[in-house]
Amino acid sequence: MPLTVKDLMKMEGAYLPGSAACPGCGLSLSFRIASRVLGKNTVYVVPACCFSVVQSPMPLTSIKAPLLNIAFAAAAAAASGIKRAYETLNKDINVVVWAGDGGTADIGLQALSGAAERNENIIYVCYDNEAYMNTGIQRSGATPRGAWTRTTLKGKEEPKKNVPMIVAAHKAPYVATASVGYPFDLIRKFEKALSIKGFRYIHLLSPCPPGWGIDSSTTVEIAKLATDTYFFPLYEVENGKLRITVKPPKRRPLKDYLSVQGRFRHLSDEEIERMEKEAINWWNHLLEMEKMESIL
Amino acid sequence: MGLSEELVLPISRPSKGASGRTGVWRVFKPVIDLQKCVKCWQCWLLCPEETILADDVPKVDYDYCKGCGVCAKVCPTKAITMVEERE
Ligand code: SF4
Ligand code: SF4
Ligand code: SF4
Repeated sequence: MPLTVKDLMKMEGAYLPGSAACPGCGLSLSFRIASRVLGKNTVYVVPACCFSVVQSPMPLTSIKAPLLNIAFAAAAAAASGIKRAYETLNKDINVVVWAGDGGTADIGLQALSGAAERNENIIYVCYDNEAYMNTGIQRSGATPRGAWTRTTLKGKEEPKKNVPMIVAAHKAPYVATASVGYPFDLIRKFEKALSIKGFRYIHLLSPCPPGWGIDSSTTVEIAKLATDTYFFPLYEVENGKLRITVKPPKRRPLKDYLSVQGRFRHLSDEEIERMEKEAINWWNHLLEMEKMESIL
Repeated sequence: MGLSEELVLPISRPSKGASGRTGVWRVFKPVIDLQKCVKCWQCWLLCPEETILADDVPKVDYDYCKGCGVCAKVCPTKAITMVEERE
């Protein structure tokens, strides 16, 4: 039986109100929901990112769970060690990395790759707000092509680094993309990740009102549009078998997603058309991969 | 008493309002019209701040609600209106 809102209400989450997150933060929303599914038996590891700030200044924290803040490059390595220590002590505890896209796609990539290759028994979550946000919006490897940041004033020229597929190429037992635009898909993927042993990776698209130039009320709506326009498809790869988990009945034009965000406002119609072609191409690739027994 | 008094371990304690009474950040506040509410709990599920209280009916925790407006956007019956805060 899939979890319902009523079930979630009865489950204790690890997020306390009154944190340092900006209004409408996609990171706090997804953590609030996911921490309920992950449950009390969970330890978090967080590299430098917005989440380090969101926790609030010492000596208080808005996160009601054991949590280790660690250096940018080290989250997956620290989590591997913590999990092994618990296993040595015969303690069954979920160890979960909760990292931003900078600490995942750029600075933390080698530790992530190492842990995935060793098939460490941890869950790695990347909440992807598509830039270094808490330091003032600098581009990351996960910033999409075309997006304005303070270091890509005319829009980023290079495409977004496809981290979920990089992790899938390690033959990790479970890789998924998710977002708060489809909360029950997200919830199901966390449940599934919990039921699997080995390295599990969940890549969350995480709308960020100040960094994306969007109204704080539109976080959920924009996350949904990202999927409905094929800009951020929701899929999972389980032991090499790929499945698209949300298939919008009708694709929305990419313009609907881009035109409501300040970071894309400078784009010309030709640039939008090019980005739309790229998105449709990737969607078609996914459809092809879905037909295969295994993509690896 | 193994640890010396001067040794400060960098450990934080969980607390509500660890960044203060974030309700004061608000420019608009969500007001729920219970006549229109059908108790679907979408507002509870999608509030980023955990400030919709799930009693019999949804209630806003105005001490910490940051006024983002997500709840008003996702409510299917438009039972939530964002009203400008006054001094
Ligand atoms: S900058 Fe963006 S991701 Fe970071 S806390 Fe604010 S809304 Fe959340
Ligand atoms: S305005 Fe935002 S923070 Fe306040 S209750 Fe609604 S969703 Fe939650
Ligand atoms: S989303 Fe609207 S209808 Fe649903 S519980 Fe909240 S106020 Fe009521």
